[in-house]
Amino acid sequence: MEVLKLENVSIRYMTGDFKDIGLKEYVVRRLKRNYHVSEFWADRNISFSLEQGDMLGIIGTNGAGKSTLLKAISGIMEPTEGTVERRGNIAALLELASGFDGDLTVRENTYLRGAMLGYTRKFMDKMYDQIIEFSGLEEFQDRQFKHLSSGMKSRLAFSIASLVDPDILILDEVLSVGDGAFKKKSEAKMREIIAGGATTILVSHSLAQVREMCNKVLWLDKGRQIAFGDAEVICDRYQQFLDGGIILE
Amino acid sequence: MIQKLKKYQFLFEELVKRDFKKKYKRTVLGMAWSLLSPLLTLLVMRLVFTRFFGATMEHYTTYLFCGNLIFACFSESTALGMTSLLENADIFSKVNVPKYLFLLSKNIQGLINFGLTLCVFFLFCVLDGITFTWKLILLVYPVCCLILLNIGVGLILSALFMFFRDIQYLWSVFTQLLMYMSAIFYTIDQYTYTVQCLFLLNPVYLFIRYFRKIVIDATIPTVWFHLLMLADVVIVLALGCWMYKKYNHKFLYYI
Repeated sequence: MEVLKLENVSIRYMTGDFKDIGLKEYVVRRLKRNYHVSEFWADRNISFSLEQGDMLGIIGTNGAGKSTLLKAISGIMEPTEGTVERRGNIAALLELASGFDGDLTVRENTYLRGAMLGYTRKFMDKMYDQIIEFSGLEEFQDRQFKHLSSGMKSRLAFSIASLVDPDILILDEVLSVGDGAFKKKSEAKMREIIAGGATTILVSHSLAQVREMCNKVLWLDKGRQIAFGDAEVICDRYQQFLDGGIILE
Repeated sequence: MIQKLKKYQFLFEELVKRDFKKKYKRTVLGMAWSLLSPLLTLLVMRLVFTRFFGATMEHYTTYLFCGNLIFACFSESTALGMTSLLENADIFSKVNVPKYLFLLSKNIQGLINFGLTLCVFFLFCVLDGITFTWKLILLVYPVCCLILLNIGVGLILSALFMFFRDIQYLWSVFTQLLMYMSAIFYTIDQYTYTVQCLFLLNPVYLFIRYFRKIVIDATIPTVWFHLLMLADVVIVLALGCWMYKKYNHKFLYYI
């Protein structure tokens, strides 16, 4: 059964004059016909579909359009062209450590984040201790969030997010969280979720990880879809590309 | 719609809690500030303007307070609401949540302050020798209108604020001017009929006038007056909702 289907998805960013100018400058430029907006296609004509239980790895160099594509899949952005069809609920774990509020305590942030991820209060009440225990922040519960180290922040973020029970799970570089011990724990947890039958999309710069975990791979380069299909084959080609063996037009 | 509300109820509660805690963080008096500031304004106005306008008018304190009460709620809620979207850019660029929740949460803040000040207002009414009638119930109408107007203006401002940060300064100038045009400390009787009609274009003045009519004169404004208030609210709210709908996915580009 198809769980996720992307058809000719293109996403355009607008850049240029409109961003950092004030109202006066905007009016002046409009009057002088000197107002320029340039387009930038972060993704161009991406098409693929995933079956239930598939584990997709998205690979590509920096700026290939991976994160933007994930935003379109999770519904934060609308594709400029093309369609995204999803079946079931989606949990997107994007850039986990951001979006917390430094002024609130760890406890308050935990609840807020849980609410953002769509959990219920009852669920959070039940799971709160477990989250704190998993993240190893027992002594910091009533500290202000900004006083935590960045590793701790990601650990907390991961611990909250890993409670999800979605049909489609989107992971953006979240498997490389925390120190060695926590990394092992988080990977095990991730595998548990994936084993639960969720269709998973993983963005990773670790080719070894992609090879090991994914059965399908999508290779993006500068917004173009280079290849989609069997993990082993594409990973080999990508490795060759990284080594300089293949040159993309 | 109801299902959606239920789904986001928890998030909304948490957002309100967060805004509340952040607002009064490291303040000694905490919520008392919210009460103190309108009372101080009232005190100053009472001291300064009594000589000019208060001499001939009965219940001048209540008259002033009506104006201050409504206007403070309007200016506070809209100013808070304006920055609500940008402040939460970090959240809505990572998680798919309805963006108007941030604004509504800020409006709840304004509403709490309004509620507190309203209690003090009634206390002052008693001190000023106002007799309460059953008509006070009708104050629910202008209060509801005011809340909806605040939300509508907040929607428009917070959307515009994403595009142009100038709005912040323009709006603070505008509210200042609006304050002088809302007849808070003077009466509009000395103006010609045409000018008096112009005052009716200002929805904030309409709400203030409604309050004064009910509390001081114990008379109910005409049906047309009610409809005029409603029309203002509907127009502003519709415009705000339209902007949010249109730009829902475009706000992201302006962060």
